[in-house]
Amino acid sequence: MSDGTATPAVVRVEGVTKTFPRGNVTALENIELEVAPREFVSLIGPSGCGKSTLLRVIGDLIEPTAGTVRVNGKSARQARRDGGYGIVFQEAVLYDWRSIAKNIALPLEMLGWSRRRRRERVAEMLELVELTSFADHHPWQLSGGMQQRVAIARALSFEPSLLLMDEPFGALDEMTRERLNLELLSIWEQTGNSVVFVTHSISEAVFLSSRVVVMSPRPGRIAGFVEIDLPHPRTVETREAPRFFELVTEVRELLRRRGEHLLPEEEAVLE
Amino acid sequence: MTLRPRIGVVVEWLPPLVVFALVVGLWEGLVRALHVQQFLLPKPSTIISVFWTQRHVLWPAGWYTFKEALGGFAIGSGAGVVAATVVGRFRTAGQALMPIFIAANAVPIIAFAPIFGAWFNPIQPQSKMAIAAVLCFLPVMVNTLRGLQSARPRQVELMRSYAASELEIWRRVRVPTALPFLFTALKVASVLSMIGAIVGEYFGGAMNALGVTINTDAQIFQFDAAWAGILVASLLGIALYSAVVVAERLVVRWSPEARVS
Amino acid sequence: MSNAAAVVRSPPARRRRASVVGGLARAGLVALVAAALVGFWELYHWVWVSTGWTWPFVVNDTSMPHVWTIYHAFGQPAQVNQPALINVLLHKTAFTAKEAAAGFGLGALIGFALAVVLAQVRLLQRGFLPYIVGSQTVPILAIAPMVVLWVNPRLPGSLQGWGAVAVIATYLTFFPVTINTLRGLQSADPRALELMRTYAASRWAVLWKLRVPASLPYLFSALRLAATASVVGAIIGELPTGLQDGLGGAIINFNQYYSIEPQELWATNVIAAALGIAFFVIVVLAEKAIVRRAPEETA
Ligand SMILES: Nc1ncnc2c1ncn2[C@@H]1O[C@H](COP(=O)(O)OP(=O)(O)OP(=O)(O)O)[C@@H](O)[C@H]1O
Ligand SMILES: [Mg+2]
Repeated sequence: MSDGTATPAVVRVEGVTKTFPRGNVTALENIELEVAPREFVSLIGPSGCGKSTLLRVIGDLIEPTAGTVRVNGKSARQARRDGGYGIVFQEAVLYDWRSIAKNIALPLEMLGWSRRRRRERVAEMLELVELTSFADHHPWQLSGGMQQRVAIARALSFEPSLLLMDEPFGALDEMTRERLNLELLSIWEQTGNSVVFVTHSISEAVFLSSRVVVMSPRPGRIAGFVEIDLPHPRTVETREAPRFFELVTEVRELLRRRGEHLLPEEEAVLE
Repeated sequence: MTLRPRIGVVVEWLPPLVVFALVVGLWEGLVRALHVQQFLLPKPSTIISVFWTQRHVLWPAGWYTFKEALGGFAIGSGAGVVAATVVGRFRTAGQALMPIFIAANAVPIIAFAPIFGAWFNPIQPQSKMAIAAVLCFLPVMVNTLRGLQSARPRQVELMRSYAASELEIWRRVRVPTALPFLFTALKVASVLSMIGAIVGEYFGGAMNALGVTINTDAQIFQFDAAWAGILVASLLGIALYSAVVVAERLVVRWSPEARVS
Repeated sequence: MSNAAAVVRSPPARRRRASVVGGLARAGLVALVAAALVGFWELYHWVWVSTGWTWPFVVNDTSMPHVWTIYHAFGQPAQVNQPALINVLLHKTAFTAKEAAAGFGLGALIGFALAVVLAQVRLLQRGFLPYIVGSQTVPILAIAPMVVLWVNPRLPGSLQGWGAVAVIATYLTFFPVTINTLRGLQSADPRALELMRTYAASRWAVLWKLRVPASLPYLFSALRLAATASVVGAIIGELPTGLQDGLGGAIINFNQYYSIEPQELWATNVIAAALGIAFFVIVVLAEKAIVRRAPEETA
């Protein structure tokens, strides 16, 4: 924001194409996407349409075949070097040799936080994901959903200005999922960061987002956008508002119109 | 509450002890009952008593050979870890060199034992250390390299997302991943080093070395003494192996096998 | 999964061509490596001799004979009125290979059976595993003479002499097979095990349909280790038995003349190394032929 470009987008993806040489798969084709400051963008689309790939391109974990990605006005590479984002992968990526607390503390260590600050923040985060009593356990002692909560806590711990989340709540039960949805929203409202969020759940996308990006597969393209104009703060009642259902239907229509035989939920079940 | 761990200890130790008692008892009984000549197989009781009466010869001899084995173990394993680190750092070099190491690993190094005796003075412990070191080097090197290369791609990617340098990724991800591989190799190497030292001594060594003692005893048909010497060698081998196991439990504490409460 | 699928889909002709190219490349690599080793050997010899360095050992034509000296030794008889050394060594190699092969087969069978039993009965595993590990700390070279005295008289005539050595090779071979197979049998995916339980599968069915297939990769990596171990066992077994027909006997014999004709011991060792590598390669090829699956991705 300091470098005064015309539109201070947090993420700007321009004409990005990604082809994997192995199997010659075009995972993404000519993607144009901008994420404004404080925006919460959800990516939704059938399995294999390139959502994870797009996230990894934004995070500079893989390089696009064509096109450019800028994050906070810098190249994606520079942004990564500056610790510009936190990421949660589709599966919990934990380090077996570190305790739960130490897994959460890892990015803080890398950022050079003092031991005391680290301990305090880790305690807060453990409380947030309700894993305080598991601080000294090792990852193999936790269930899949618990592991995913650790990964979420770790990504949130250093309050990055950009959060990239790949189906973070996919492995959780409905109750935990709704609670963490609310927690994520309140964190987002407090810290004012931007979020790019991948999900298979239309209602989750609508509930959380400022904007939903619908993608279509083979090759991965953006099929359309749905602006979510639900008021903030969003609460349990938001899910019961008539407008909520209208928006859910709108996203569903957009997904269906792209010639997909299956609804995303059904796809998700089939996985 | 206090009973629990005791039961655990009993469950862990009882079966091996029972097996030990059974095997030794059977051995003793059969040798007595069938009047097996002692050059074929002495009784355990005889072996133990010689183990004790000859302690002034056998134990120092064992210690002498153990030092050779330990030296070879340290040098060979150390060199193996260093080599794996260097080769792992340069991927293309590693891929080009890997077939050589695999082939070298298939060579019966033991056949080269007499040459080490000719290279170094066979009376000096260095020649035995050299064999033990060469025997230890390859498994440690190959396994460590495999360990360094088996970090999960997503774990490395996450470190990249934190802008970690290659060095940091190496320290925080690759090394911890490689540790269980390293210890597997060190266990193998601990046994090999002792065998290497004794085989080396077979082709000539100091008079007070265990391998030489066993060999001489066998040649003059003192089989009870030879078996007592073999017992010393096994005990020392087991001691070195156990030391590695303990070190593994201390270092690789996170793994499910460590089972710390 | 997707890898296996890709391999199945690719047309056989392309695969064959790829494997021919790969084979040529590998042969080239082997030649290159051999050349590099020879070059290194001679360079080391030259540098150490010309500088007079004596660390870690003194280099001269006895400690490190020239490669061509060793090469010529193959063509010459080791003793008067004998065929060329290479012919003698090949005969001895065949003898040692016979011992090693017998030891390998026996050791693999015993090792596998032992692993299956130990995997099925936890109590036996607890009781015996420490001693199976401990068995390898026994210096086999030291008991070899006694094994020979014990085993030989009990063997039928055709096995006398080399049979005892094969037993020693077995002793070194079974161990990696047992340990690795046991790990493999226990590595079956717990969810797959639970699925078998929902089918009310018998112990036997679980063993053959789940545990044994899961252990196969472990078994083959163990057999690769065992291939070398069996050759080592055969050579070690020959050393103290005074058996003159194998490579171990040749090593003892030529060791006595090392100060005069070092090239003969070296020539023998080169052959021994080749035998070890040959055993290893045979196991690898057998694995490729038996397990038609995607090439290993673990390295
Ligand atoms: N490393 C890779 N190598 C080759 N192809 C890949 C690789 N990663 C992804 N792909 C391919 O790219 C396409 C998009 O994959 P991606 O993981 O981005 O999908 P996704 O939208 O996240 O799917 P899901 O909802 O199932 O997670 C797929 O067809 C996949 O096969
Ligand atoms: Mg995905």
